[in-house]
Amino acid sequence: MSEVNPTDTTAAQAPPPAASGVAPAFHTPRPDGAPVPAAAADAAHPARQRAPGQFRPRLRYRARLGSVFAVICLLATLVGVVVLAVLLVDILRDGASRVNGRFLSGIPSRLTERAGVAPALAGSAWILALTALVGFPLGVGTALWLEEYAPDNRFRRFVETNISNLAGVPSIVYGILGLAVFVRALSLGRSVLSAALTLTLLVLPVIIIAAQEAIKAVPNSIRLGAYALGATRWEAIRHQVLPLALPGILTGTILAISRAVGEAAPVIMVGALGFIAFVPNSPGDAYTVIPFQIYSWVSRPQAEWKELAAAASLVLLALLLTMNAAAIYLRNRFSRRY
Amino acid sequence: MTGGPPAGPDPRPRLVRPERNLRARHRRERTVGGILLGFSVVSIFTTLGIVAVLLWDSLAFFAEVSPLAFLTGTRWTPMFEPRSYGVLPLLTGSLLIAAGAALVALPLGLAAAIYMSEYAADRVRRTLKPILEILAGVPTVVYGYFALTFVTPILQKVWPGTSIFNGASAAIVMGIMIIPMVSSLSEDAMAAVPRALREGAYALGATKFEVATRTVVPAALSGIVASFILAISRALGETMIVTIAAGATPALTLNPFTSIQTMTAYMAQTAQGEAAQGSIEYKTIFAVGLTLFAITLLMNIVSGAVLRRFREVYE
Repeated sequence: MSEVNPTDTTAAQAPPPAASGVAPAFHTPRPDGAPVPAAAADAAHPARQRAPGQFRPRLRYRARLGSVFAVICLLATLVGVVVLAVLLVDILRDGASRVNGRFLSGIPSRLTERAGVAPALAGSAWILALTALVGFPLGVGTALWLEEYAPDNRFRRFVETNISNLAGVPSIVYGILGLAVFVRALSLGRSVLSAALTLTLLVLPVIIIAAQEAIKAVPNSIRLGAYALGATRWEAIRHQVLPLALPGILTGTILAISRAVGEAAPVIMVGALGFIAFVPNSPGDAYTVIPFQIYSWVSRPQAEWKELAAAASLVLLALLLTMNAAAIYLRNRFSRRY
Repeated sequence: MTGGPPAGPDPRPRLVRPERNLRARHRRERTVGGILLGFSVVSIFTTLGIVAVLLWDSLAFFAEVSPLAFLTGTRWTPMFEPRSYGVLPLLTGSLLIAAGAALVALPLGLAAAIYMSEYAADRVRRTLKPILEILAGVPTVVYGYFALTFVTPILQKVWPGTSIFNGASAAIVMGIMIIPMVSSLSEDAMAAVPRALREGAYALGATKFEVATRTVVPAALSGIVASFILAISRALGETMIVTIAAGATPALTLNPFTSIQTMTAYMAQTAQGEAAQGSIEYKTIFAVGLTLFAITLLMNIVSGAVLRRFREVYE
């Protein structure tokens, strides 16, 4: 291993390091191993003699440091995975025995063995449907305007910056907006509609950004082809761009709406109730949703209520998992590359 | 509504049949453009609405309580006598939790990003990344449940004297929740570092570890810092974990093992009570909300500015 010995002053004359099959020696003046002219070797020589051993490659140490670091990084990555597994197992262990037909069809009760999530499930279904109904056209329309209609001017950039800032606003602030605007100012009261509109505003930036990505991915040749055949801008969008972008748009929308279904903080602000003895059947009804039901149960000190909270968490996770699976299916089934 | 393959004959008759009424078609163009513009304006009105709502009731609040007393007061007792409206206990509560969450999420998230960008085989990466991203999709109430019923009992064993509601368990769980924000955004930034830079470092004799920590991380630093700021801003605005697990005691303390209250938890807990509209309790929600909104907006703007200002542009 004379090549890696920093005090070896004959290295310049040694055979090429690459030929000996070891890592290139760092102190060799000509790593390609070409014979060094005597004058050049002499010029390099004194410098190395002045500080013998100052440059030490320490290859083994550095290699070991590298593998330790790699292991640490892997472990850090696995922490998240392990915690996720522990969380799922914990909730399953606490709540699985409580999930049964009576729990799914029952209404909240003062008795833990009778309590159920039917009103909360219905409330979440209302939220899902109304958020999709309002959020989808608004989000896709905005994305279409930004990508297909807006000239590249200051107003357009302002709208885009505004949307990305809205995406960072804490969800509870949307709850305050909903409380002041929908519940009070528009007198919609503490209804499913107030909650759904609030959550629509919350997830609108997410839908817009996802739809923009999907629309951007449609190649321009498709639009130009449509124009060449005499289509107007809207006809090109309606018949060519939108159908091609739709899987991506739907995937993004479903993921955004699943976020709305899982949110509790804004719903607290706009007045969900923890004890609803009926299934809401119009948008003006008082309501509760599963996340809020979980919160209201977990806040009680007795262990049985916490088991109910775990059971409701399982129902919520199952609902979200279904929505996510649908989104992934859509993406894989219909996605197309150009 | 399925798109035909771009090259093949178009199955739909509508495009083939020429529409003769050009004027009607042009009118429709303008109408559609107008409608879509109208949709886009909704997001602007959302922002205006948030600012207007927060300012309106906050101004009413500041007519009764001086902003100075609000921003520098060290006691927060809006519900009982003697009433005091110092926001500092809520602010330090939020900052304490966010700092704890950052302590968990920043090192773990960055290390995960380095692993996935520099070390992991492509197949491993494609498995691990979605799993990590599930962490960001778990509803926050479920995290709150987990913090209260799983993490807190463990903390109580490790650190006797930990109260049932405490900042530490909320901070740890919130840190886990924001790992994917840090890891995904940082990984994107590292993936954008050109291959030539890595290969240059290898050519100079650097090991993989040195390439990762001294070439890739510095080159991606703007993206990494931006992801840190975004994650902390997210932690400040998170509500349910702290409402469930951290307690409802506005206390000016740095002790993470006692019950505290954050700005978000205060708003959620007060909104559930019977704070009548127009009462000072009702207005405190808006004043605290304005404070939170201002802080998170500032952080998001700073994060965007860091990304733009310090981005290394390659080629």
